[in-house]
Amino acid sequence: MSATSTIEKKLDIAAIRDCFPILQREVKGKPLIYFDNAATSQKPQVVIDALANYYEDFNANIHRGIHSLAEEATAAFEDTRDAVQAFIHAGFREEIIFTKGTTESINLVAYTWGTKNIHAGDEIIISTMEHHSNIVPWQILCEEKNALLKIIAVNDEGELDIEAYKKLLCDKTKLVSIVHVSNALGTINPVEEIIESAHEVGAIVLVDGAQSAVHLDINVQEMNCDFFAFSMHKLFGPTGVGILYGKKDLLENMPPFQGGGEMIKEVRFEKTTYAALPYKFEAGTPNIGDVIACKTALDFVHETGKENIRQQENELLKYATTELNKIDGLRIIGTAKNKVSVVSFVIDKIHPQDIGILLDNAGVAVRTGHHCTQPLMDRFGIPGTVRASFSVYNTKEEIDAFIIALKKAVKMLL
Amino acid sequence: MSEEKTILEIENEIIEDFSLFDSWDEKYEYIIELGKKLSPLNPIYRTDAHKVKGCQSTVWLGSEYRNGKVFFEADSDAIIVKGLISMLIRILSGHTPDEIINAPLDCIKVIGMSSHLAQTRANGLLAMVKQMKNDALAYKLKNEMNVQHS
Repeated sequence: MSATSTIEKKLDIAAIRDCFPILQREVKGKPLIYFDNAATSQKPQVVIDALANYYEDFNANIHRGIHSLAEEATAAFEDTRDAVQAFIHAGFREEIIFTKGTTESINLVAYTWGTKNIHAGDEIIISTMEHHSNIVPWQILCEEKNALLKIIAVNDEGELDIEAYKKLLCDKTKLVSIVHVSNALGTINPVEEIIESAHEVGAIVLVDGAQSAVHLDINVQEMNCDFFAFSMHKLFGPTGVGILYGKKDLLENMPPFQGGGEMIKEVRFEKTTYAALPYKFEAGTPNIGDVIACKTALDFVHETGKENIRQQENELLKYATTELNKIDGLRIIGTAKNKVSVVSFVIDKIHPQDIGILLDNAGVAVRTGHHCTQPLMDRFGIPGTVRASFSVYNTKEEIDAFIIALKKAVKMLL
Repeated sequence: MSEEKTILEIENEIIEDFSLFDSWDEKYEYIIELGKKLSPLNPIYRTDAHKVKGCQSTVWLGSEYRNGKVFFEADSDAIIVKGLISMLIRILSGHTPDEIINAPLDCIKVIGMSSHLAQTRANGLLAMVKQMKNDALAYKLKNEMNVQHS
């Protein structure tokens, strides 16, 4: 199987839907319409099978065992690392660290690189549209180190104010930690430009790719980010697997995150030496089964074709945006020029939660609330939004059903 | 007058009301109506101190103790939640602290509300119940202290 195959083909959406067993189920007596893909994607049968197959066929602890099962499990585990390396075009396989999610990936950097490199008076830049996971670790670090957290403003369309960002940069800036794609708005941020400007003042850049990895082509070398964090569960993989990519020289100079098995070279009471990358950051028995199944998830993405996925998602985004804009009193929050298939909206005089409950009653799963981006909601002066996020297996027919259910909900609520 | 009815009697009334509905659409329409008709909240309760924690939407709850009975009023920025509070007020308001503390509130389960609402929202409902029972408990304890001191 070639990881680089980019054969243009018209997707057979019905066939893709058949790959996802959960799409057959009903919710509240109606066919499930799953529009909460930005929270987590559904899993194709092949991923579920890969997970089951590991436990049925070659479950063993990895790296230390001499027996056949351990060797098979280790090989499969390390195959996923290679697949992730190829997926984001990292230069070295040891630049790929397995964590339990994007949140842990960001925390790893805050606690290791941050503890070593951030000092009193230093500055860290984030933006108004960050997920709480890319705010709180830096707040904790800044408080501990007496460093300063600076915030890039967001305009009315939900785009970063890049000019304002450039003014925030100075020789005190040590780190810029920025979301690639906003989970609440869908905005795609110009990370290359952000990274280039940060590097000019000697700062490093962490890109939170939780929402981008599934939609965009990721090439960490071209992007030239220093760290890239994402989660596999938003990418058709199992929950509990996150990735931290870091440039090799940075990772090598960072202290370990947690101590324990796997991450050591030699343990003596006088002195312990640490394992080489990537194992230095993978203390304890990792999430073997889930990591192994992630390879199948990435294969699924390759076989479907990212360009094909994007095309379907963009069509859905365009269609949903047009149809939603026809509803009286509805306002889309996040109208950036460059967006992924996420549409967030509010409706005059109606609380998002009420819409969420009534849509659920119609079998439609959306997200309501602040989406773990309270500062961003404050920026727009709203308590939260209704967010519909589409994946490759969604259809225009589902959007039609969603719009009908939404109109009915509005009628009931007003 | 509803003051005369016991909590159990009111719960049974609600179960009966809901048994008339064929679908959840009708149940929600009814709850939304209740929400719209809920008496306005006394502005003195619209403060952070009166917010019920654990709800996705904002809920304000106020209570007053008169002639041995607790009277509740509430508001929310979400209408379905407001309808649910309206039901809780109908059940619990105007009863003694002991009656409120010991109220079984089985009707929430019987009408299917707790299983129909997603867990996070059901938790919000439970948070409201807990706050109402806490208020009743506070009046009860205050009462007992007053008795001891007099």
